[in-house]
Amino acid sequence: MLAKDQLGRRGEATAAEFLERAGLRIVDRNWRCSSGEIDLVAVDGTTLVIVEVKTRSSEDFGHPLEAITAGKLERLYLLASKWARAHHSRFTGFRVDAVSVLDDGTGHPKIDHLRAVI
Amino acid sequence: MALGRTYSVSLVGLNGHIVEVEADIGQTLPAFVLLGLPDASLNEAKDRIRAAARNAGVPLSRRKITVNLIPASLPKRGSGFDLAIVMAAWAAAGDVRGCAATVFLAELGLDGQLRPVRGVLPAVMAAVRAGHPRVMVAEGNRAEAALVPNAEIRGFSSLAEVALAFGADASKVQLPPPGDTACAEPLEPGPVPRFVRDMADIAGQAEARFAVEVAAAGAHHLMMVGPPGAGKTMLAERLPGILPDLTDEHAMEVTAIHSLGSERSCSELRRRPPFESPHHTATAAAIIGGGSGIPRPGAASRAHRGVLFLDEAPEYERRVLEALREPLESGTLVLHRSAGTASYPARFQLILALNPCPCGLANGKGIDCTCTAQQRRRYFSRLSGPLLDRVDLQLAVQRVALHDYVGGAAAESTTAVALRVARARQAQAVRLAPWGYSTNSDVQGKILREELRLPRSVTGSLDRALDRNLVSARGWDRTLRVAWTVADLQGHSQPDADDVGMALSLRLQERAA
Repeated sequence: MLAKDQLGRRGEATAAEFLERAGLRIVDRNWRCSSGEIDLVAVDGTTLVIVEVKTRSSEDFGHPLEAITAGKLERLYLLASKWARAHHSRFTGFRVDAVSVLDDGTGHPKIDHLRAVI
Repeated sequence: MALGRTYSVSLVGLNGHIVEVEADIGQTLPAFVLLGLPDASLNEAKDRIRAAARNAGVPLSRRKITVNLIPASLPKRGSGFDLAIVMAAWAAAGDVRGCAATVFLAELGLDGQLRPVRGVLPAVMAAVRAGHPRVMVAEGNRAEAALVPNAEIRGFSSLAEVALAFGADASKVQLPPPGDTACAEPLEPGPVPRFVRDMADIAGQAEARFAVEVAAAGAHHLMMVGPPGAGKTMLAERLPGILPDLTDEHAMEVTAIHSLGSERSCSELRRRPPFESPHHTATAAAIIGGGSGIPRPGAASRAHRGVLFLDEAPEYERRVLEALREPLESGTLVLHRSAGTASYPARFQLILALNPCPCGLANGKGIDCTCTAQQRRRYFSRLSGPLLDRVDLQLAVQRVALHDYVGGAAAESTTAVALRVARARQAQAVRLAPWGYSTNSDVQGKILREELRLPRSVTGSLDRALDRNLVSARGWDRTLRVAWTVADLQGHSQPDADDVGMALSLRLQERAA
């Protein structure tokens, strides 16, 4: 596994832990289909939450949240309905959250959680 | 607090409008939105600001920053809003405090240095008038901004210093290393050599010298007609030297126009009347102002409170000359363009110089002249009657005689003439104070005919000229204004018949020749 993929995996695990502590229930990880991948799927009450996790080891190439583009958000919007259809689940609503993880390897990652970015 | 507020100034022509800069931080993905009719250079501020803030050690919030410039309907342009926007964004994030009642005027470099901007003087004047005397500017603009009375000015050379002054966390702020501020040094124009062309250089020409003195004393417009080499240009160039220094108020106006048009920041008020001599190929836009977007001041406005000298006047395009008629009457130029309307002051003293005919030799008996009568008429007809009617002094300049030119008596110097002019101006100011005027050329004809009316015995020659249609009604008023100036120069308390006769001859001389 490449170092960047390892970092990504570690970041997603950190984010999942963080979200569970915040009261969300993680129901799926790294769900893939022909149009892309969802990092984390969570449920907040009766709301479906699609979570995009961005992990960086430093801010040298910009803040992780800055890497989430309009195109990516559009794709996540589409993936949300695909996931719900694939799992025959019904929700009162859905939202997309973004989580940034700044993990410089010292064991104290900095986490930033933004709710409802679209 | 997720809302920050600062102030800046948007200039439309010479008029500054206070602009409120609001910044809001929304809890969503990083973005920077600038609202309120920014132009292209102002929209670039978004990227300049992000880099400058990071290099100052206090990066902008990693959220959506929405900046609104109020009033939103007023088009805003230029880079002078950079500092106000970054301070509002920092205030919204809680990084700085106490900037809500402060005006910021500076452009940012990517490294966080503050760069001077154009037009700081009129902008600060507008801020003070609008009740916002606290203004922060780039160090390079500090001297210029400090010229405005009652303004509390502070100059900074880097964004980091501004952040510290407004309570940013000192442990985070990264001050640029000293010595790295070379390009933020104030752009000192250096000592301006007060090079004055001296009246003593002019040999002979006693009559022309007197006419120039009268023009200076009463701020009268002057036309000089003479053959090439007679010294018309020399005379015109020496006129600014004998004009008195500008008053505080006038100096402020002149400096403000200069500040708009100049790349350099000015550090002191321009006390000397400006002298503009545009080339005769100049377009109407170059003379009266113009350009794309908000129109910029032209030579006529840059000559405000000074001298606009048109050498070879008939060679100018007709529409250029005609365009000068309105400012000659009203003292302002209002320019309309699609992007907005700008009004610039243009109360200049017009000096026209021309040859008596296209070949230039038709003086005296005109024996050497090779022009046909028609050519001569066409040459003169380019200066329209309505324009000439506004010129109080119309002078024929002869070639200098040999005995004056070689070994003639030493001519009077600029210093001596300027002293007489200053005394005459003083006398006018005292006499005209009740009506709010300062020079004879401003006085309304009605006042000359009523309150300042002269006895019939004094104005007899002028009245006869009006009867015989040698002067128009406006010409009658204008001749009287010159007569008052002649009297002021001689130290008379009011014109006598000789002064009126002299004024009439100065006005009609060219036509007689």
